[in-house]
Amino acid sequence: MADNILEVEALKAYYQMSYFGVNREVRAVDGITMGIKRREVYGIAGESSSGKTSFIKVLAAAIRPPLRVISGTATYDFGGAKTDVTIATPAEIDAIRWRHLSYIMQGSMSTLNPVRRIGRIFEDFAARPLGLSGSAFRQRVVEHLGHLKLPPSVLNAYPHELSGGMRQRVTIGLATVCKPDFIIADEPTTALDVVVQKDVLSLIKNLQTEMGSSIVFVTHDMSVHANIADRIGIIYAGRLVEEAPTRTLFTAPKHPYSAHLVASLPRIGDTTQRPALEGRPPSLAAPPAGCRFHPRCPLAIDKCKTEAPPLVSVGTDHRSACWRANDVEPLVPGHHHAGVAA
Amino acid sequence: MFAVLRDLIRYNTEFTIGLVMVGIVAIFAGLSFFSPVDPTQIYLAIPDQPPSAQYWFGTNSRGQDLFWQLSAAFRNSLIFGITVAVLSRIISIAVGLTAGYLGGWVDRVLMFINDIFVAVPIFPILVLFYFVLRNHMDSFTMALIMACFGWPFDARLIRSVALGLKHREFTRHAVFAGMSTRKVLLEEHLPYVMPIVFSTFMNNMLWSIGMEVTLAVLGFTNINNPTIGTVLYWANSHSAMVVGVWWWVVIPVILIVITFLGLFLLAVSMNEYIDPRSRLRRMGA
Amino acid sequence: MSALLEVADVSKRFQMGGILGRQEVRAVDQVSFGIAADKPEIFTIIGESGSGKTTLARMILGLERPTEGNILFRGQPVRHDNRADRLKFMANVQPVFQNPFEAFNPLKRVDRYLQSTARRYLAARDKASIEAAMDGALQKVGLSLAEIGGRFPHELSGGQLQRVAIARALIPNPPLLIADEPVSMVDASLRMAIVNLLKALRDDFGVSVIYITHDLATAYYISDRLIIMQKGRVVEMGPARAVLDAPEHPYSQLLKASVLSADDAGAGKLKPANDLLQLSDERLRQAESSRLEERTDGRRVRV
Repeated sequence: MADNILEVEALKAYYQMSYFGVNREVRAVDGITMGIKRREVYGIAGESSSGKTSFIKVLAAAIRPPLRVISGTATYDFGGAKTDVTIATPAEIDAIRWRHLSYIMQGSMSTLNPVRRIGRIFEDFAARPLGLSGSAFRQRVVEHLGHLKLPPSVLNAYPHELSGGMRQRVTIGLATVCKPDFIIADEPTTALDVVVQKDVLSLIKNLQTEMGSSIVFVTHDMSVHANIADRIGIIYAGRLVEEAPTRTLFTAPKHPYSAHLVASLPRIGDTTQRPALEGRPPSLAAPPAGCRFHPRCPLAIDKCKTEAPPLVSVGTDHRSACWRANDVEPLVPGHHHAGVAA
Repeated sequence: MFAVLRDLIRYNTEFTIGLVMVGIVAIFAGLSFFSPVDPTQIYLAIPDQPPSAQYWFGTNSRGQDLFWQLSAAFRNSLIFGITVAVLSRIISIAVGLTAGYLGGWVDRVLMFINDIFVAVPIFPILVLFYFVLRNHMDSFTMALIMACFGWPFDARLIRSVALGLKHREFTRHAVFAGMSTRKVLLEEHLPYVMPIVFSTFMNNMLWSIGMEVTLAVLGFTNINNPTIGTVLYWANSHSAMVVGVWWWVVIPVILIVITFLGLFLLAVSMNEYIDPRSRLRRMGA
Repeated sequence: MSALLEVADVSKRFQMGGILGRQEVRAVDQVSFGIAADKPEIFTIIGESGSGKTTLARMILGLERPTEGNILFRGQPVRHDNRADRLKFMANVQPVFQNPFEAFNPLKRVDRYLQSTARRYLAARDKASIEAAMDGALQKVGLSLAEIGGRFPHELSGGQLQRVAIARALIPNPPLLIADEPVSMVDASLRMAIVNLLKALRDDFGVSVIYITHDLATAYYISDRLIIMQKGRVVEMGPARAVLDAPEHPYSQLLKASVLSADDAGAGKLKPANDLLQLSDERLRQAESSRLEERTDGRRVRV
C-alpha cells in the first residue's frame, strides 16, 4: 500500500500508573492495525473511554507518561521521508509538526491563549514552520483566513471577542495555514450549535479538498461521520472492530456494534421504535475475555466469550472483527416498518 | 482512613518523616502525664546540672529537671495549638461554607466581618488582653482569643471552593432530593473542603504556637505555666547562655524545630495526597 | 382542560455589564404555553445556545423568577416563600440534569439521593418502606436496588447514572419532569435507552416531560408538541411532527436544514443553507414588531 500516508501496525499503547501503591494498567489502544490514504477523510468513531483519544494522542506524537507505546509502529510517509512517531526523537517530531502534521482541537477557548491577539497567536504557531515573517507572513495568513470566511480584522481581536463559531474557524485556520499533509481533528464541532457545526464542517471539507490533505476526524457523532468521512473506523474497547467506506458502513455494517450505532440514530420523518443497547462499555483496565463486545452483543455465541475475533476482510475495503460478521443484519429501520405510534 | 494513612506512610517519604518527628514530640509530651515532679514547683533539683544519666536534659537555674519541665511545656503548647486550630477551623468552615452557598446578603455580611478580622492586627490586641486580664490570662483564654483571629483567611479560601460547588449540578440535585441546607453543607460540600481544612490545620498550629512563644518570651503570658515560650522566657531572664547553661536553650530549640518541621511536612504531604489536582498531575491526566 | 402547568407571557431580563454601558439581555421574551393535567405528553423546547431554553426551564423549576408574566402549577404561582410550600412543589416537579457524571457527588454513594428523596417527600420513616420506594422507582427505569445500592458514581456508566437520576426524580410520583438535555452527555450506544425511557414514562406511567434539547431528530422521535426558540422568542410552536415535517418559519427551516442526516451517508452533503440563514437573520431584526399567528393545523408561527 504505497499510497498510504500513515501506516499503523499492531499498535499497543497502555496507561501505566503507579500511585500510592496502586498499580493500574489501562489498555487504551490494544492492537490496532490500519492505514490512512492520501487525500482521504478517515472518521474514527468510539464512545468515551473507548481508547480513541489515546489512539490519536499516539498519532499526534503526543505520547507522554503515563501513556506508553508498548509495541507496534505508527509511520507517516511525507513524500519519501518516513517518521515512526512511536520512536521518533523530539527533534524529528518538531520537523514534521505543523508543516506536515497538525491538529484541530476540541476546545477552541483553551487552545487560544486568551491574552494574546489572534495575529500574535498565528505568529507563535506558524511563522517558524512557514519560514515567513513580517508582511509576507501576514499576507499569507490573511489570504488563508479568506478561505475560512474570516475578515483580516480578526487578527487584531482577542479570542474572547469572537463568537464560538469564529473561534473554531480560527483554530482551523491555525491548523491549516501551513498546508499540512495530515490533519488530526478531535471533535472539532462537538461544542458548536447545529447551524454553525454544518458551516464549520463544510469549511473543513473544502480546505481538505483544496489542499489535498488527509484528515483523521474523531467524533462520537455518527451523523457527522456520515457526511464528512470517506471511510470510517469504529473503535470499541481499545480495538478497531470495523472499518469500511462510509456508505458501506451505514448500509451494510458487518459488526453488531456498528450496526447498532447506525440503527439507533433517530431521523426526522421516522418514528419507528429505535433499539437500545443494554449494558455498558467495558473498563479498559479489566476488559472482558474474548470479543470485548460479547457481553452486550445480541449475536454472541460461546466462541465469542473465549476467542477474540481478528479484524479480517469481509468485502472490498471492508474489515470487521466479528465471528458472525455474515449474520449481522443491517438493522437500519426503513420506512416500510410499522411505525410505533407515539 | 487507615488505608490512607498506610498508603501515605508507605509511599510518601515526607509524610513518614513528618509523622516520626511529630510522633517523637507527641510521645515526649505525653510522658508529662507520668511526671514524678510538679513542673510548676521550683528548686526540686540541684540547679544548673548539665545533661547526665540522672538528668537527661540537665536542670535549669531554677532547680527544675528540664526533661519533665519540657515534657509539660510541650504538652501545654501542643494542646494550646490544637485548641486554637480546632476552634478556628470550626469558625472558618461555618463561615466559609455558609457564605459561599447562601450568597446574597448573608455572604456580604459574613465577608464584611471576615475582612475586619483580617485587617485588625492580632499582636497588639493580645498584649492588650494580657494587660487587662493579667493573671486571669490562662492558656485556654488565650486559645479562644487566638481562635477568633485565626479563621478569616481560611474562611475566604473555603468560601471560594464553596462558591464553585454551589453551581455544580450535584448541589441542585441534592436540593431537589429534599436535602436541607445543613445537610447539603455538611454532607455534600464539607468533604470537598477537608483538604483545605487539614492543611490549614497544621499551618494554624504552627502560627499559634509561634505566636505563643513570641508573647511568652516577651513576658506577656502567665509565666508560671510551663509552655515552650515560658521555658525560653526563664532561660532568657536567667541569662542561660551567658552563664553557660546552654542546654536550657539549645534543647528546647531543637525540639521546637523538630515539631515545626514535622507539622510542616505533614501539612505539605497531606495536601498533596488529598488535593485531587496535584494527584492528577502526578498521574499525568 | 385543567392545566398542570401554565406559562403565561413569561419574560426574563438580565442586567449585564458594569456601571457604564449597562445592557439589558432578554433571555426569555413573552413565552406562553400550557400542559394539560389529564393528558400526559412530551413537550419539547428546541433551541441553540443562547435561545433562553435553559432559563425557561429554570423558571419553571422555580430557580429563577420571571421578570414579567406568570408561571402557574396547578393554578398556584411557582414562587415559594417558605420551605414547606417549596417542598410540596418539588414533590410535583422534578428535574433531570444534563450531565449524569456531574449530577452525583463523586465522593458519595448514588443511593443517598434516592434515600433522601423517599424520606423527604414520601414521609417514609422506616428502612423497609424507604427501600421499597427506591426499588420501585429503580424498577421503572430498568434497574434495581440490588444493582445500584452502595455504588459510587464512577462505578456506573453515564447511561446507568442518568437512569438512576430519572428513578430518583420519579420517587415522589411527580406528574411533571423537566429534562434539560438529558442525553447530550450520554454515549451513543446508551443514548436511545434514555430516550426510550422518557417515552415509556409518558406512555406507561402518565408522566409529562418537558424535554429541552437542540437535537431535532430525538425531538421528532419522542415529542408530542414542541416550541422552537430563537434568542428568547418562540418562533414556531405546535404539534411536533407537523412542525418538523414542514417547518414554516425561516429559522425552523434553517435548523432542520442544518441537521446532519445519515440517510445519504457518504454523499458529503455539507452545503450550508445560507439563504435560510439570511432570511432568518432578517426576521430576527424585525422581531420587535412580530407576533405569533395561528395556523389551521394547530401550529403558531411568528410573523
